[in-house]
Amino acid sequence: MAVASADTAIRTSRITRAFIYLFLLLFALFYLLPFGIMLVNSLKPLSEITGGNMIALPQEWTIAPWLSAWSTAQIGVEPTGLRPYFINSLVMAVPAVVLSTVVGALNGYVLTKWQFRGSTIIFGLLLFSCFIPFQIVLIPMARILGLLDIAGTTPGLILVHFVYGIGFTTLYFRNYYAAFPTELVRAAQIDGAGFFQIFWRIMLPSSGPIIAVSFIWQFTNIWNDFLFGASFASGGSAPMTVALNNLVNSSTGVREYNVHFAGAIMAAAPTLLVYIVAGRYFVRGLMAGSVKG
Amino acid sequence: MGFLDIDNVTKSYGAVEVLHKVDIAVQEGEFLVLVGPSGCGKSTLLNMIAGLEGISSGEIRIKDRVMNGVHPSRRNIAMVFQSYALYPNMTVGKNITFGLEMHGTPKDERERAMKQVAQLLQIEHLLDRKPGQLSGGQRQRVAMGRALVRNPDVFLFDEPLSNLDAKLRVDMRIEIKKLHQRLGTTIVYVTHDQIEAMTLSTRIAVMFDGYVQQLGTPKEIYDSPANLFVATFMGSPAMNVLPTRLIECDGALHALITAADAQEHALRIENPPPAYAAYKDAQVLLGIRPEAITDPEGADRNARNIQPLTNRVTVTEPAGADTFVTMTMSGKDCIARMRADADVQPGRNFDFAINMDKAVLFDPKTEQRIA
Repeated sequence: MAVASADTAIRTSRITRAFIYLFLLLFALFYLLPFGIMLVNSLKPLSEITGGNMIALPQEWTIAPWLSAWSTAQIGVEPTGLRPYFINSLVMAVPAVVLSTVVGALNGYVLTKWQFRGSTIIFGLLLFSCFIPFQIVLIPMARILGLLDIAGTTPGLILVHFVYGIGFTTLYFRNYYAAFPTELVRAAQIDGAGFFQIFWRIMLPSSGPIIAVSFIWQFTNIWNDFLFGASFASGGSAPMTVALNNLVNSSTGVREYNVHFAGAIMAAAPTLLVYIVAGRYFVRGLMAGSVKG
Repeated sequence: MGFLDIDNVTKSYGAVEVLHKVDIAVQEGEFLVLVGPSGCGKSTLLNMIAGLEGISSGEIRIKDRVMNGVHPSRRNIAMVFQSYALYPNMTVGKNITFGLEMHGTPKDERERAMKQVAQLLQIEHLLDRKPGQLSGGQRQRVAMGRALVRNPDVFLFDEPLSNLDAKLRVDMRIEIKKLHQRLGTTIVYVTHDQIEAMTLSTRIAVMFDGYVQQLGTPKEIYDSPANLFVATFMGSPAMNVLPTRLIECDGALHALITAADAQEHALRIENPPPAYAAYKDAQVLLGIRPEAITDPEGADRNARNIQPLTNRVTVTEPAGADTFVTMTMSGKDCIARMRADADVQPGRNFDFAINMDKAVLFDPKTEQRIA
């Protein structure tokens, strides 16, 4: 290490800074590379890809692969494109995210502000569910879905993701609300607010960052899930991830790589969008409580 | 029978009793301060009055209505918290009227009550702001506004000034006192600051270790502390407590103390209470407040029994208004409070005047005041 003295501190930091930015830029490019290649190839005719040059920009720009992937490509046996499955995923993810976030928030509220005998044990058990591997719950879950007569349907998937998400959302909200001043709850009690009024009027309006965290986390997990989708939804009710797999694995005719790339980007787009829109809240929410504001 | 009765109230967590048989009858319009070091149970008692903590045994009554098990919002009390506990997502105006809204008061009535309170506390210009945009003193006012607007039977204050800086604390103290004088409300106020307790209260309950050590007017507490804890806790600098022996000489009782030069001095006690007789020739603790030890010119003119004492000065601390002088007496550091311009030099001998009218004696074993 060079000798650090006050008069050289600024100069060294400027050089170091340049290096830091250079490296960051390189890494950013490196991480963007796969996405770039996917994007480029999804805009080429198939002949250009099979011609061998995957990195080059398209000679002939086309959105035909996107249109095909969206509405006409062969998914399994039906030439429906990904559109119905995209809608399936939305219909599955949105209620599951909302339900698990709401229940997680209520759990966190009760576990921190209305503690009862054994509440820490219950929290511990809930936390357990974050660490149980997906595979373990497959068979019991299939049994329960069968009993409820929602096996192989979108409501069944919603239930699976909702229940599986409670552990994480409870963890987030509990930790966030643990740092939430209890005096506020007491003041509201004296003011005459009830259990739900306090939750609705006092707690929730201050929970923006952690709602964003829970929302992003849940949405990405549920949207990207393949195992539950493949196990508990079949045919017409399959989510996007399963449909994408079926698109890529459909064995009729030639493999349309450009269509596959377009489909893959479609499958990734919603989570990307959520990160871009709400990403800064994500960081803010994760930091909340750790540093006093 | 008081306005707010705390009747033989105890609080236990499991087998541990943290409040022992507290018995206080607060009259209407009284300003009761619960004071004590942290962990003495004062906040627990306040929370029990508020209904935020259960009552293990005994009864709390407000206006003769038993409050055990009654929900906080139905006790007609209002509370100001140490952190102010303003709802961060609501404007000041909303904060003030939230309680009224929860109690189903119609909107126009809420607005009227809010205007009135805002005017009283001079926070009208803040009504549309969020608590995050307010200074500490302004938040304090809003918190009081939120309590006032409900027009409660009893106000509860939980260390409301301890988050403010020193100057603001003094200002707000006067403000609270003015408010009490103007509105004549019944207040229970918790603090660990004995100066706040002395200045604000009409009565003080000094608490320690879950017991009310003494309940009385500020003057009673200050001049006739029930025991050694109260004597040393109240007053700043603390009361000097000197080991001494009572002797009889020339038909009068004297307290025997040792000066810094190992010379023994007998301080005469006039009109001793009869209980002193039993301690003749016994070891006792002599309590003298710093302001009762002065230079001869600065001594209280109305005092009847001023005893002279020459002693060596260890340290002087000029504090502006007064000069605090430390010396050694009976092996203990002893602080005297001088006029600012008294000519005292460290290391020199000085003629002190001790106002023995104000001296109190404690039993060294029970630590109770002998009276």
